[in-house]
Amino acid sequence: MNYSKCRVCKEPAIIDLPRHNANFCGEHFIQLCRRQVEKAIKDHRMLDPKDRILVAVSGGKDSLAVWDLLIELGYQADGLYIGLGIGDYSPTSEGYAQRFADQRGLKLITVDLRQDFGYDIPTASRATGRVPCSACGLSKRHLFDSVAMENGYEVVVTGHNLDDEAAVLFGNTLRWDIDYLARQLPVLPATPGFPKKVKPLVRLTERETAAWCVVRGIDYLLDECPMALGNRHLAHKNTLNEVERQSPGAKALFYLNFVEKMAPLLASHGQEMVDGLGTCDSCGRPTTGTTCAFCRVVATSSAHEPVPVELVLSKKARAAYLSDRQET
Amino acid sequence: MIIKLRNPTREVTVDGPRAAGRILEDLGLAREAHLVIRNGTLVPGDAVLDDADTVEIRPVISGG
Repeated sequence: MNYSKCRVCKEPAIIDLPRHNANFCGEHFIQLCRRQVEKAIKDHRMLDPKDRILVAVSGGKDSLAVWDLLIELGYQADGLYIGLGIGDYSPTSEGYAQRFADQRGLKLITVDLRQDFGYDIPTASRATGRVPCSACGLSKRHLFDSVAMENGYEVVVTGHNLDDEAAVLFGNTLRWDIDYLARQLPVLPATPGFPKKVKPLVRLTERETAAWCVVRGIDYLLDECPMALGNRHLAHKNTLNEVERQSPGAKALFYLNFVEKMAPLLASHGQEMVDGLGTCDSCGRPTTGTTCAFCRVVATSSAHEPVPVELVLSKKARAAYLSDRQET
Repeated sequence: MIIKLRNPTREVTVDGPRAAGRILEDLGLAREAHLVIRNGTLVPGDAVLDDADTVEIRPVISGG
């Protein structure tokens, strides 16, 4: 028996959202999410109905939710999946992305780091000395940009949600990292060599994007990336969720007020970074140096013997990864 | 009731009837970081779950 009632229709609720001080039935929860995404798109001028949109898709809840929302709102959006070569996590995640696309008749472009560039993320981490999430983020950002530019997409959409953005903002603020703070916006405009990049889920928490998937019947990858277990980003999310427990709505105020009140003060700093770019002597993409960071990772990592994911995990992460493999 | 948990995948047994929010508290799980799913349907924190229910507590926090 449920006791909570939907704030809109008074039917039994399926979810409680303390930050809205309200409960919602399935129909009105979907309506709430749709309106939050429409508001983000409108307030930040993210998308035009004529745009050719490329959605970065991982097979997880956020990327599938944002792709689903955009299609439902009437946008033309194709997907881009990047095979990262992370044990059996990567082929499993690709399966979720491909099934989502196939079931809806959507186009999914696939790039595979091992097949197309001769390396994978575990090997890149070992070969370059970067932490895995750094090698992964660098590779994905480069490929989102280059695939979009080569295939005529004006906009790249990512599934970053409110929790993602608040956690990154928290980390950048702890270090007062002005360069990163200046670029932490829901929209990065197109610049020479770069597509526009937008984050339509910035007004939804990841509990809400997961609930969207459950209500909409979207089958997404539930497993956490084994290389992300115990990373600092997760620690920041846990810290903010404790603040949110004591003060519902705090995460949204922290991030959305940054965007409204603080980001404009940093705008000129972000422009200085864009103006200082040259051209990579290897791939021709914009870079601050002679050879871009992606091409340096490719050169170093593709020359390295492949490294299995188990060998670059922490002791705790390796135990969890191997335990889940035995379960399945 | 048997409750399925993830990351890592495991099961725990909890006596019913008990409210979903109370179960999260008893298991030390943050409400903001989890969904409770009964028999395939989301439920709010004050939904009372019984021994016959099939329950999944799904984490929603991802690290990258």
